[in-house]
Amino acid sequence: MAVAHGIASGIGGIRAAGDLVARMQVSRGMRIKEAKEYVAGCLRISVEDIADPVVMSELREDLDIGRVNAVPGAAKGIDAKFRIAELLDIKINCVNKFRERTGL
Amino acid sequence: MGKYVTRMGDGFKVELTESEINRDIEEGSQEAAKNGQIAPLNQDESLYLLEIFKCPDRSVGVERGKEVVLSYDSGTTKFKRVNVSVSKIQSLQIYERMLGADTLELAHIDYSFKPVKPIVVFEQPILEQALLMTIPPLFYGAMPNLGLYSQPDGPCPNPGDLLPKGKIAEARASYEEQIEHAIKDMVYVGTRMYEAGADGINFDTTAAAGDAEFLATLQAIKILKTKYPEICIQMGMAAEFVLGMHGELYYENVRLAGLYPHKQLELAEKAGVTIFGPTTNIVTNRSLPWNVARAVTFTKACTEMARIPVHACMGMGVGGVPLTLSPPVDALSRASKAMVEISRLDGL
Amino acid sequence: MQDAIFTRMGDGERISMPVQEMKEELLEGTQDAAKKGRIPELTEEDLQQLFEILAEPGRIVSVPSGKEVVVTDDGCAKIFYSGPADGGAALPISRQNSVLAYERGFAADTVSFGHEDYSFKPAKALIDYEMQTYYTTSLATTVPCFYGSQPNLGLYFRPDGPHPNPADLLPHGRIDEAKAAQEEAAEQLREDMVYVGQKLAEVGCEGINFDTTGSAGDADFHATLMAVAELKEKVPLMSVEVGMSGEFVLGMHGGITFEGKRLAGMYPHEQADAAAAAGADIFGPAVNVNTSRSVAWNLARAVTFVKHVVESSKIPVHPNVGMGVCGVPMCVETPIDCVTRVSKALVLIGKADGL
Repeated sequence: MAVAHGIASGIGGIRAAGDLVARMQVSRGMRIKEAKEYVAGCLRISVEDIADPVVMSELREDLDIGRVNAVPGAAKGIDAKFRIAELLDIKINCVNKFRERTGL
Repeated sequence: MGKYVTRMGDGFKVELTESEINRDIEEGSQEAAKNGQIAPLNQDESLYLLEIFKCPDRSVGVERGKEVVLSYDSGTTKFKRVNVSVSKIQSLQIYERMLGADTLELAHIDYSFKPVKPIVVFEQPILEQALLMTIPPLFYGAMPNLGLYSQPDGPCPNPGDLLPKGKIAEARASYEEQIEHAIKDMVYVGTRMYEAGADGINFDTTAAAGDAEFLATLQAIKILKTKYPEICIQMGMAAEFVLGMHGELYYENVRLAGLYPHKQLELAEKAGVTIFGPTTNIVTNRSLPWNVARAVTFTKACTEMARIPVHACMGMGVGGVPLTLSPPVDALSRASKAMVEISRLDGL
Repeated sequence: MQDAIFTRMGDGERISMPVQEMKEELLEGTQDAAKKGRIPELTEEDLQQLFEILAEPGRIVSVPSGKEVVVTDDGCAKIFYSGPADGGAALPISRQNSVLAYERGFAADTVSFGHEDYSFKPAKALIDYEMQTYYTTSLATTVPCFYGSQPNLGLYFRPDGPHPNPADLLPHGRIDEAKAAQEEAAEQLREDMVYVGQKLAEVGCEGINFDTTGSAGDADFHATLMAVAELKEKVPLMSVEVGMSGEFVLGMHGGITFEGKRLAGMYPHEQADAAAAAGADIFGPAVNVNTSRSVAWNLARAVTFVKHVVESSKIPVHPNVGMGVCGVPMCVETPIDCVTRVSKALVLIGKADGL
């Protein structure tokens, strides 16, 4: 079911910018249009490119904010989320917890 | 006249003419409009829906640029339920990397707050590690499931036994006691998982047991939101209509029994919900055009007035998705497209 | 000959004990068990052998070749994927893979698994899923595969369960109500355990392990014995292991009997008799560790109880040797110097049939 919905209607998660748009809904309760425009603005791309995996995979590599392919040395998990928090100017709970636990 | 292949609400195939599809769309929308006292679909919207069902392609999708965010219920239990032997963290990684998930959800196999309570210390280290290894927002989800607080397994007398005997007052008293238990458990689990780093908490199938459960959930959400103003709370409903099992419960002076999705949304916003998931139940002996038209009508009434993102519930048997364990792609993709494009959803 | 022996306290703290003091500890431990259980003390030869095991200079000790026994467990594979309450590592590994890793990587004689919330009441709610997982796992395993769970009568009392809580009633002197609550709860527990057992038997479950039996007292123990008896009648091919939670059955009710014998106050040898009478195939005594006494004291005490159980039992005896029982220190990361000595002592002196 998840796959079918994803193909039919989903942005595509870290394959594109779906997780970033989701972040704006999660952290600021933005509606979809506002969330996409905000993310597009932060990434300096068009709203249409938000769901384009070709554009986004290059951009995610350049910004080092996590990609599907597990490239050694590339940001994954918490590393990527640190950068995402900064890029989108949002607070991410686990990033804050990580800072508290490590004293960073 | 040519016929178009579609399905019934139970998933079985049926062939309908264009006028039959049109009729079903009209009737489905009017039924929702009448029950919810909301506007039906307009002519353009009905026509758009007709075109979706006339399309000969097996699978359809939203137009470019109209993609939305996908959130999930019971995320990590899906693999377990089909007996694929992967851990919760591996499930999340599969969702993230191979299924294009925009958000993730960690969940206990017994997907309700009450059974999570005793094992919350097992869930926390899994969540902590998952957060280190994944990128999309990671929720912790469970169902309020007020039924678990009734005997024989729970502490309170069972209203299901009391009501048929006419013991209304006792049944209501039992519901009120259950509400207190449920709030404690939801706040406890929500607190522990948010403190462990979760991006948010998902309250799934809210109001499955009626107005008492809805009230318990709203109150628990209010407590959590007051405690943690930045917490993301997602609330997905169980049905389009809140059953008045108690009948005299109010939140913010609004009686909960009988509320339809747009009214449920209003209260959800007041409680502090960040993402709201309206639900429209499938009627299995009506066609999908009828069911989807109905679902779109209810959902549109929500999105038009919502100040928060709306992620319609579109699992098995809801939101125009047939009530079958393996929903066919042709049916599901049409429901997906219709709900997103006509209702202007923020996600599903 | 060394003057002092490195050993530990019951809480795992490392200490150095003079030889004479250790011998006195061993004697006191066996005397304590003998007095409480009204059973024979360890012989002088036993005590000497026990001393030599504890005094061995090696970090680990083991049984000699030919004396190896069978190991059963209460969800050992859980340590891979479970959380802190089980001493688990929360690894990203599924239950099935954990069991296979335990079977093949850790050379287990038997394997077992259970629901994350390791009690019968929560397992009942998910029985279809448990059956499915058991079935799939048992297709891949070679060694006997058990399903384990705890009776855990406490789950049937308020605030989470349906029955009034004896812990609330007893301090107010409401003895009869407390007894009635326990009796009703025990009946519900028995039904749940039989239900779960029967459903698992449908998918070919090789054995069921009732873990920490008696943890809520005599009513808990009684419900388990009754469930065992019923299961052995209905599904005789499914093996039953009954592992206890303590050396002494608490008389929370005080008046419950099984086959004419009062359960409250039973020590391991009496518990074993009751389990055998109910039809259990394996019995696992538990002797609780006193954390403020030395491992030597605790182990001598445990071996005393176990030796007597083994001598009197009609069924195999697999003493519980987890954290805080039968001499194993009460700490999450149990030190192998103590665990191996406990193992060796229970097998060579206690003559246990397994662990």
